[in-house]
Amino acid sequence: MITVSDLSKHFTLHNQGGTVIPVMQDAHLHVAPGECVALIGASGAGKSTLMRMIYGNYLADHGAIVVGGVDVARAAPRDILRLRRETLGYVSQFLRVVPRVATRDVVAEPLLALGVEDAVARARAEDLLARLRIPERLWGLSPTTFSGGEQQRVNIARGFAHTYPALLLDEPTASLDAANRATVLGLIEEAKASGAAILGIFHDEAARHQVCDREVDVTAFTPVAA
Amino acid sequence: MTLHSTPKPQTAPGPLLQVRGLEKRYGSRIGCTDVSFDLFPGEVMGIVGESGSGKSTLLNCLAGHLTPDCGQVIFDTRTAGPCDTVTMGEPERRMLSRTDWAFVHQNPRDGLRMGVSAGGNVGERLMAVGARHYGNIRDQALDWLSRVEIAAERIDDRPSAFSGGMQQRLQIARNLVTGPRLVFMDEPTGGLDVSVQARLLDLLRGLVRRMGLSAVIVTHDLAVVRLLADRLMVMKDGRVVEAGLTDQVLDDPQHGYTQLLVSSVLQV
Amino acid sequence: MSAQTHPASGQIAQGQIAPIHTDQAYNFAYLDEETKRMIRRALLKGLAVPGYQVPFASREMPMPYGWGTGGVQVTAACLTPDDVLKVIDQGADDTTNAVSIRKFFQRTAGVATTEQTTVATVIQTRHRIPETDLSEGQILVYQVPIPEPLRFLEPRETETRKMHSLEEYGLMHVRLYEDIARHGQIATSYAYPVKVEGRYVMDPSPIPKFDNPKLSQNAAIQLFGAGREQRIYALPPYTDVVSLDFEDHPFQASKADHACDLCGSNTAYLDEVIIDDAGGRMFVCSDTDYCSTRRAQGHVGRLGTAQEHVA
Repeated sequence: MITVSDLSKHFTLHNQGGTVIPVMQDAHLHVAPGECVALIGASGAGKSTLMRMIYGNYLADHGAIVVGGVDVARAAPRDILRLRRETLGYVSQFLRVVPRVATRDVVAEPLLALGVEDAVARARAEDLLARLRIPERLWGLSPTTFSGGEQQRVNIARGFAHTYPALLLDEPTASLDAANRATVLGLIEEAKASGAAILGIFHDEAARHQVCDREVDVTAFTPVAA
Repeated sequence: MTLHSTPKPQTAPGPLLQVRGLEKRYGSRIGCTDVSFDLFPGEVMGIVGESGSGKSTLLNCLAGHLTPDCGQVIFDTRTAGPCDTVTMGEPERRMLSRTDWAFVHQNPRDGLRMGVSAGGNVGERLMAVGARHYGNIRDQALDWLSRVEIAAERIDDRPSAFSGGMQQRLQIARNLVTGPRLVFMDEPTGGLDVSVQARLLDLLRGLVRRMGLSAVIVTHDLAVVRLLADRLMVMKDGRVVEAGLTDQVLDDPQHGYTQLLVSSVLQV
Repeated sequence: MSAQTHPASGQIAQGQIAPIHTDQAYNFAYLDEETKRMIRRALLKGLAVPGYQVPFASREMPMPYGWGTGGVQVTAACLTPDDVLKVIDQGADDTTNAVSIRKFFQRTAGVATTEQTTVATVIQTRHRIPETDLSEGQILVYQVPIPEPLRFLEPRETETRKMHSLEEYGLMHVRLYEDIARHGQIATSYAYPVKVEGRYVMDPSPIPKFDNPKLSQNAAIQLFGAGREQRIYALPPYTDVVSLDFEDHPFQASKADHACDLCGSNTAYLDEVIIDDAGGRMFVCSDTDYCSTRRAQGHVGRLGTAQEHVA
């Protein structure tokens, strides 16, 4: 479902003397449907960079990133947009939303973007919020004022609202209490069971061992400093 | 649960707008030059750049307010298919701007009739395309006022009695009442309080999604394009220096100017 | 330019014949022949494109703007020595404006004048159409203060001209919409906009909307002159003129719900006259010729007596 091959990337800082920073070299990995793969490696090794490149958030210099038949490294913006809408989900560590939009609508939005009826999408959103123990009185409020843990759970609910065939998870269990952590791991297991290909970063080792089938060490893709 | 059963139609429609080699000069000075892009139905394109970068000139050329010196602006019309709006007759172009196009000005005073009631402002486009039943026009005006969150009892008030945010929402209602397919927006949230901006952004996003609108939004506010635009073009000195997915251009800018622009944003 | 062709004006231009009874210091009907020719061209163009506003080089007239300088120039361009002129102001032959314009042409053109609608060949009017039906061969000249019906909603002349040329008339209905929104009905009671032959929207000058139906299919030539705004427009005989309205708020030609207190007419347009300090009032025909003709025929209203003179 997710196949990365020969992937390279560097940053050029035009405003800082044109400094060139190579960040990725000859990366390759494969995630099959129903499989959960963990990216491991020290901080700065390029785990998040690789995730962002797969999501199309960072450009690739070289190589291919094929997700559900679309080569993200080469696809036109609108094809990537469609891929993100229908196939490829991403739970980042940060919640980025329009201020003053109700939590319920934030979570329902990926479904609404797919043309799902308002009532159906809201019901799914409320179901997820309830499972993630967001108190019902908060559903009508904007999540921008929530605590870090609450925001993280809203973000997870949003990421799981649509059952994406491919899913990228960046530290989904960070800053969660035991009960919510278990719920999130449950959601991941369900997604796997329904055939999703999942690629994640888990600093939480126990969680990693519980849900992940394999590990890929990105240190192997880190360019040797010139 | 399977939500895959209700995907959007997969038939690939052609682009709604095709811009080819557009150039506008003011004497020897370049307004904008060598601009080409496609906009597909349902897409929102942001154009950012600092003052004088040519983004407003480009928008006005696209919307037919300025005549470009060369290039094509091909719009997929309902009746005749793709037509170059630069060379089409003025009556047809003005008809487009009353029906399939909408233009939201930065200053609502430029887009509203300040001496006409809110209902009259919303109804004008309907009457311009032949609506002659007062009751129906008023019903539609009420419906649109509620969609942009303006209380029904304000229908007979003039926009001069409205706050800046309400005026901007009224301008949007007035523009969208005829169900346009392409909306041009020039700094739609400029000059508004931050809290009012947020409400307007949410409103615009909802309308774009529900009506399947395509939009071209000119702004210098990177936060606005991140929330509203699917794609982004960065302009400098009349030229497009970078284009791509909005989050990609903002998070992994390739051009030095874009990097400068992104790194210059104050963090809150 | 009256219904009868008349060669006299050309001869006057060469100074061969000047009517003896006119003021010798001026050309026939005050304006020089070249100016009249220019105005006639504008009139012909206006008649060819009914309802279209033709720009013309309006001259300074020996009277202030607002006193009918546009109408006077059109009348001057139409008059021949054989014409019989009637001038009315708000329907009356005896008000200052009407009297002074009548005298002006008596002195500068030496034409015969009348108060009788049926006898006149040229009628200059301010804000009324006579009650008596006009006939073929008659010319009705309107004084127009603001010829542009779109002006109050769109101040730019370049834009209004474009709107006319592209038939973008939605704005006229916005004006009527505002009326209904504010007053519950179309409250515009004069200068009520009309559409001519399904094409141009036209301001009929500030006639009461009661008169609007008389604009349509009229046997007379109707000419409109705006002196300050330098515009002429026209309706040839038997032109279709439709008052704008909404399906659910149709146009209604309204008048005061009374009969004339002098002649008893139930159908004529009425003026309200305050007659004492106690709030007493009476309604009289605004068309003085129509009223007196009826009274001469023996019709008597609530406060009138046959053939009585009213103060």
